[in-house]
Amino acid sequence: MSSFYSRWQILRRDRRAAWIAFVLLAVLLAVLPFLVGAGLGRTWVRILDFTLLYIVLALGLNIVVGYAGLLDLGYVAFYAVGAYLYALLASPHFGVHLPFWVLLPAGALLAGLFGILLGAPTLRLRGDYLAIVTLGFGEIIRIFLNNLNAPVNITNGPQGVNLIDPIALGEFSLSRTHQVFGISFPAVYNYYYLFLALVLLVIFISLRLQDSRIGRAWVAIREDEVAAAAMGINTRNIKLLAFAVGASFGGLSGGLFAGFQGFVSPESFNLMESVMILCMIVLGGMGNIPGVILGAALLTMLPEALRYTGPLQDYVFGRVLVDPADLRMLVFGLALIVIMIFRPAGLLPSVRRRREFGADSSVLAQEQSSLYDTQR
Amino acid sequence: MKDRYLWIQVLLLTLGVGLASCGQQDKDRAQGVDIIRIGSVAPVTGSQAHLGKDNENGARLAIEEANAQAPAIAGKKVRFELLSEDDQADPKTATIVAQKLIDHQVKGVIGHLNSGTSIPASKIYFDAGTPQISPSATAIAYTAQKFNTAFRVMTNDKQQGAVLGEFAVKKMGAAKIAIIDDRTAYGQGLADEVERAAKAAGGQVVAREYTTDKSTDFMAILTSIKAKKPDLLFFGGMDPQAAPMVKQMKSVGLKAKFLGGDGAKAEEFIRLAGADAEGVTASLPGLPLEKMPGGKVFQEKFNAKYGKVQVYAPYAYDAVSVMIAAMKQAGSAEPDKYLPVLAKIQHAGVTGPIQFDEKGDVKGGAITLYQVKNGQWVVLEIVSSGTAAKAPAGKK
Amino acid sequence: MDIFLQQLINGLVLGSIYALVALGYTMVYGILELINFAHGEITMIGALVCVAVIGALSASGAGMPVALILALGLMSAIVVCMVLGFTIERIAYRPLRRAPRLAALITAIGVSIVLQNVAMLIWGKQYISFPLLLPVTRYDIGGATLTSLQITIVLLSCVLMAGLLLLVQKTKFGRAMRATAQSPEIAGLMGINTNHVISLTFILGAALAAVAGVMVSAYYGLAHYYMGFLLGLKAFTAAVLGGIGNIAGAMLGGLLLGLIESIGAGYMGSLTGGFLGSHYQDVLAFFVLIVVLTLRPSGLLGERVVERS
Repeated sequence: MSSFYSRWQILRRDRRAAWIAFVLLAVLLAVLPFLVGAGLGRTWVRILDFTLLYIVLALGLNIVVGYAGLLDLGYVAFYAVGAYLYALLASPHFGVHLPFWVLLPAGALLAGLFGILLGAPTLRLRGDYLAIVTLGFGEIIRIFLNNLNAPVNITNGPQGVNLIDPIALGEFSLSRTHQVFGISFPAVYNYYYLFLALVLLVIFISLRLQDSRIGRAWVAIREDEVAAAAMGINTRNIKLLAFAVGASFGGLSGGLFAGFQGFVSPESFNLMESVMILCMIVLGGMGNIPGVILGAALLTMLPEALRYTGPLQDYVFGRVLVDPADLRMLVFGLALIVIMIFRPAGLLPSVRRRREFGADSSVLAQEQSSLYDTQR
Repeated sequence: MKDRYLWIQVLLLTLGVGLASCGQQDKDRAQGVDIIRIGSVAPVTGSQAHLGKDNENGARLAIEEANAQAPAIAGKKVRFELLSEDDQADPKTATIVAQKLIDHQVKGVIGHLNSGTSIPASKIYFDAGTPQISPSATAIAYTAQKFNTAFRVMTNDKQQGAVLGEFAVKKMGAAKIAIIDDRTAYGQGLADEVERAAKAAGGQVVAREYTTDKSTDFMAILTSIKAKKPDLLFFGGMDPQAAPMVKQMKSVGLKAKFLGGDGAKAEEFIRLAGADAEGVTASLPGLPLEKMPGGKVFQEKFNAKYGKVQVYAPYAYDAVSVMIAAMKQAGSAEPDKYLPVLAKIQHAGVTGPIQFDEKGDVKGGAITLYQVKNGQWVVLEIVSSGTAAKAPAGKK
Repeated sequence: MDIFLQQLINGLVLGSIYALVALGYTMVYGILELINFAHGEITMIGALVCVAVIGALSASGAGMPVALILALGLMSAIVVCMVLGFTIERIAYRPLRRAPRLAALITAIGVSIVLQNVAMLIWGKQYISFPLLLPVTRYDIGGATLTSLQITIVLLSCVLMAGLLLLVQKTKFGRAMRATAQSPEIAGLMGINTNHVISLTFILGAALAAVAGVMVSAYYGLAHYYMGFLLGLKAFTAAVLGGIGNIAGAMLGGLLLGLIESIGAGYMGSLTGGFLGSHYQDVLAFFVLIVVLTLRPSGLLGERVVERS
């Protein structure tokens, strides 16, 4: 593994090597759906598409939790807002059919607004309380989505919204198979490219934010809010900005999800989803973009891979001892505990985090003592 | 040294995966017999696992019997294979497994069990042109989408609700009715129909309350219902909620008759509600197993292999057999060839004569009302729903 | 009026259950500043163990008196939960004592998930009925119905809560608990074995959770692997409502929340003209939480706390 790391160091220094690696990566990403489709089947390309959606979500939450240090357990509410906006305005439900290039930004905007709405009451709250309040908000939104079909039918309740228009530009629909230069591009491939483009956009925005004044302000309030305020940072606005930007990524991902799946229902936006997304960034490495991407990819693909243990058990033991679906959550919970105990900074932590979570950290001791000072 | 091995390993892994996938497609022609794959989707894990497995076993029984007769389509020997998938009663999982089945090139799908999963999956099957027959989905929306690939062998909630509403007012003598539903696609749809039919029959709906499909505490809503003094309480939902509801009715002192839909008519309900289940009435679309044309025989065969019939196994069985019959009649297992035949077919199934109307609902059919007497579900009355679609007693 | 009385009774019973579970949350939070997400699942395990023991004993045909079977069921639930509470603290929380808050929170979520799934694997996903061995008598009070089970629940909760208050205020161990909650370092300097105190706090909280779990499953007649989740969340809301870290606050918060939910669910429909209804019952609990935390973060009985960063 160390040689891998030294290679990474080489890449960082040698520009030519970096360019070659970049081109290789671009080519790989471009042909990935074909590789996966030929190798593992179209189902896995679909899973790949979902992975990209979750990467956007995880990057969004990364801004709130990873950069600004605001523990948000109700993040899935923004996902739901974006998805439902798209669903309601691009389906037979209201008979309105707006195009995707209106609805996706609108969803992101609306979600951002909700982010500010949800963030506003929580500004004075500390970590644990913030977590519970955001959790409450997430649940409230889900319950409202589930029940707003009487007396006025807004969301169509538990039946969800069906027959959502696929993402299309005039006649060119992404949900149709297209032939380009003799190569066949089925729907899942088309969506892959769209999602990939948006993922790259989101990564770009995250990177720029990370290195901007805003990003540094976020880190400042994460580490020590009192000191940050003393340095002249408007903590209220910065926190709200974190919520808004993070939420807007969620809303964008939600809109994509609605167009892709063609069907949304409140069941997809429960607390477990929020917890999942949080775990993606925690496992992968909070605040670190490659880590977050790794976490999202792992947690989306592994459960699908675990499904194969069913037939595997059948083959080895003659019958299925433990249902793979049951196993999935159990393994997931265990993984959370183990990772938190042994590698709390995540699989690919950012440098700052590694120091923070390290055993000898004076940062920790400082945090602990400052808590007791301001208490009671 | 180390990273050279790493690249080799990665290369080998990719090769291996590629080879493994290649191997999959060519199993269709083994020993000159065409293998026809039929998919079956139901929640075989989760709180409805007992029903999901029931569906799967019913389908499996039909497949095995079909294979035992050395079947042939258009003169060529064939063998049917059931590809069973689990959708966990979750819409998102349903779309994923639907795609998976399409990728595996199934010629038809039996499923899903719940309306909430059948509806989103139906779009995927429609796009792929694969016929889908649901043994148990009852929501009206399923066949209202104008997908020519969506069929069901179960009465839909429109019929069931209509019969229930009328029965409540006319036969059970309830002038004032309270309705609770669990806010799921199934429960709410059924409750709405019951309300409509009850009002049409001259009854008065004095209360309409809601709960969720995960609650167990109904004390508050039962108390406020008690204030309205209803003669009968109808619950649109499943047995895990119906059972505590019935018990809590007694705790709160609500003296009203309890009526449920097919979600309540399950063995589990009696087990969970205990003595409080006595006197509860519930409906199940279709005929009781003993009264079905092929019921007794089916029951014997099923019991021998899989144990007690839960609810929908005979419908899954019929779904498979009508699909196979259509294939044989059309002389081809290709969806585009046998789909038109399926739409027009007249087939004698275990549950009764099967014929689909232009929407894909099954024609004719009855709804049976049961009551709990001495801790057992006993047939109370069989009502013919007349007219078009048969009573698809499906869930959700 | 009789309906209101009935809703009151419902609310009191529900509130007593919330209060019992909230006590565990508040004790642990007071000492470790940790929201023990797994607490709700401990309640669930207590319920399932009790049901299993009772089922096994009554089915064995040994002809034991009903009271003995019930007592054994309750005892085994308490014992199992105490061991579980101790184990969780040792394995999952103690290594993270010096870690940032987020790590402990995430671990708590992980423990909660593991417990849920282990219970699911052991007991399956079906609802399990609580065998009602004792006959339930119903009393008519002013038009409302009160059952002996409800009376038992409320009384038992009161007794346990009083006992806990006594323990914390009047005994040496209680003093040790309060000292550790205030400042573990100084308490350690004073000769208190903080590790022991923390472990015992967990064990005590778990025992209370076990009793609450048994009561819940007896009241609704059902036990299920998922029942702990929402219960835990609401109990935490109750603890926050009353002032987290404050035992009397947890009790007050629990009772209040139970009443709010019952009366709210009963009258929400008529109050909002049919726009909201009883299915928004859970929303009410969260709404209360948000309002309390926004307006008075220290809760009803909590002390005013300096602005936290």
